[in-house]
Amino acid sequence: MRTTPVLTRLAWRYLWRNHRRTIIMLSAIVIGVWAMIFMTALTRGMVDQMIKDGISVLPGHVQAHNPLFLDDPSVSNRISIGDAELSRMFDPLSFKAWASRVKVPAVITSERESRGVTLLGIDPAAERAFSFVTYDDVEGRFLESAEDNAVVIGRKLANTLDTRIGKRVVLMSQDPDNEIADRGFRVAGLFEASMPAFEEMYVFVGKKTAQKMLRIGDATTEIVFVGDDYRDVEPTYDRVRETLDGDLKVSRWYEIDTYLGTMLKVMDGFVLIWVIVIFLALSFGLVNTLVMAVFERIREIGLMLALGMKPASILGQIIIESMMLLAVGLAIGDLLAWATIQPLKEGIDISAVAEGMEMMGASSVLYPKLYLYDMLLANVVVLILGFLASLSPAWRASRYEPVEAITKVG
Amino acid sequence: MAAVRCVDLCKTYRQGDQDIKALDHVSIEIAEGGFVCLSAPSGGGKTTLLNAIGGLDIPDSGEVWIAGRRIDQMSKGELADLRLSSIGFVFQAYNLIPVLTAQENIEFVMQIQGVPAAERRTKSLAILEEVGLAGLEGRRPAEMSGGQQQRVAVARAIVSRPALVLADEPTANLDSRTSDELMTLFTELNEHHNTTFVIATHDQRVMGYAKRLIRMLDGRIVDDIDQHAA
Repeated sequence: MRTTPVLTRLAWRYLWRNHRRTIIMLSAIVIGVWAMIFMTALTRGMVDQMIKDGISVLPGHVQAHNPLFLDDPSVSNRISIGDAELSRMFDPLSFKAWASRVKVPAVITSERESRGVTLLGIDPAAERAFSFVTYDDVEGRFLESAEDNAVVIGRKLANTLDTRIGKRVVLMSQDPDNEIADRGFRVAGLFEASMPAFEEMYVFVGKKTAQKMLRIGDATTEIVFVGDDYRDVEPTYDRVRETLDGDLKVSRWYEIDTYLGTMLKVMDGFVLIWVIVIFLALSFGLVNTLVMAVFERIREIGLMLALGMKPASILGQIIIESMMLLAVGLAIGDLLAWATIQPLKEGIDISAVAEGMEMMGASSVLYPKLYLYDMLLANVVVLILGFLASLSPAWRASRYEPVEAITKVG
Repeated sequence: MAAVRCVDLCKTYRQGDQDIKALDHVSIEIAEGGFVCLSAPSGGGKTTLLNAIGGLDIPDSGEVWIAGRRIDQMSKGELADLRLSSIGFVFQAYNLIPVLTAQENIEFVMQIQGVPAAERRTKSLAILEEVGLAGLEGRRPAEMSGGQQQRVAVARAIVSRPALVLADEPTANLDSRTSDELMTLFTELNEHHNTTFVIATHDQRVMGYAKRLIRMLDGRIVDDIDQHAA
């Protein structure tokens, strides 16, 4: 340990002895680190948006259902706990948001066309904070209360049904006795969604109106909870489970939408592979730089050994030199990535390729997401792999015989 | 106890198709406080013997003892410790670490030894003055002449007062006045601190300072003269 200061000084000075070579290598590291972090932020942003959009459409962060509902999503498998009781149970738990809703398969019919849809009977006030529909952007108007008698449908569905605001449509489903339950609604608004598929899939009516139509009293079929962070869903999940005490099936968002859950896992793996692939490209330059740095000072290494420096200290000196090079490259690369991502936080318009993105469930505006975890991962992976890549040249340097090294002709 | 004892040392190098006997059954004993010059024509074996004594080179056969410890069977780490604690080296060339200043080069060994910073600084500045380089402590080797570099190397070798100093052509790059000053310094250290000096040299004037002169030829000792007695 007493040699650490002198090793550090030597490593730093040797690093800048051939400053041109060091700057070239440093530039490669900076660009590599920038690419690691920037590309990760872009991909994270895309997947984040997909997951958030997906979560806002249906799952929230945690859902509770009748245990049979997920296999047979009909009103027969409803939640019998009334709204008042639900409020008493969940209001004190201060979730970011929660709402109970009626969600059942239905058929919507205009005077020209029919389509299968998912009927959502909602309390608009409860879902405003996390709905995928921005109420104020709805053409016409959105639902005003749980008792609202109108229907709000997607613009694409309106085109398919050849209907428009002010016209009437019929919604038809089944009541708990498997009898037809239907009702006419006037179209009050047309919503647009980031993913066109949502515009054709969902129709909104007031929760109480839906309950009345389906003849289920104040029962619902789904309770949705939103916590602070979809990545850290366990606290919300645990609180809901404890409160419901086994009466209902409680599911995390990635259990409801397995595609989104898998997407997140794939993304985590992709980030790691991406970081490693870039580092492997960098490592050739790094090892070459270290080999050259060792080769051009063989005699000095011999001198240090002759003066009593131990081989382990020579090994340490080369590794410190490598770590310093990487640390400087990482610091500049991190800063550059941060400085590049900050101005893009408002979103990058990728509408030119939006068709393809929409098919993947992503919106046409990409919001890069820089997570501290991803930055740390890139930094740690580079330092660990850099350490491993340095071992070979450092080991060779420490194995020189002093006399042979001193008399080496460069 | 002898400062240095070599028993029947042999060392052969292969050069092309030829085997060169650098040391051919060499045995010597140097007492503590000795001041010995090794003299030989080029290829005569003096540097090989010096390297064997310093634990830098392992002989093919024979024994090397330093201050009562056999070193030819030591590990690399043990040899490094021995060199660090007991031996000062002055090489003919490539003596300094180019990325360190004169003062840092002198402090290098002390720093590995774990000498506190203040003490290192005091000692290094004092020795720089002693070898006539006061004011040049901040210069790097590339900013100094060959002679100045050699004096920094000498300063580094003696600054921590090792029991044994091994010097290979220490005056090769020095003018006669500086050579005399350096040899006077070596003599003073030898007399006042009982430091043992083994110096390989061609320089007749350096040989004149030695108490004992060992002449070598083709890896063998051909003459061993006690100059005090002479």
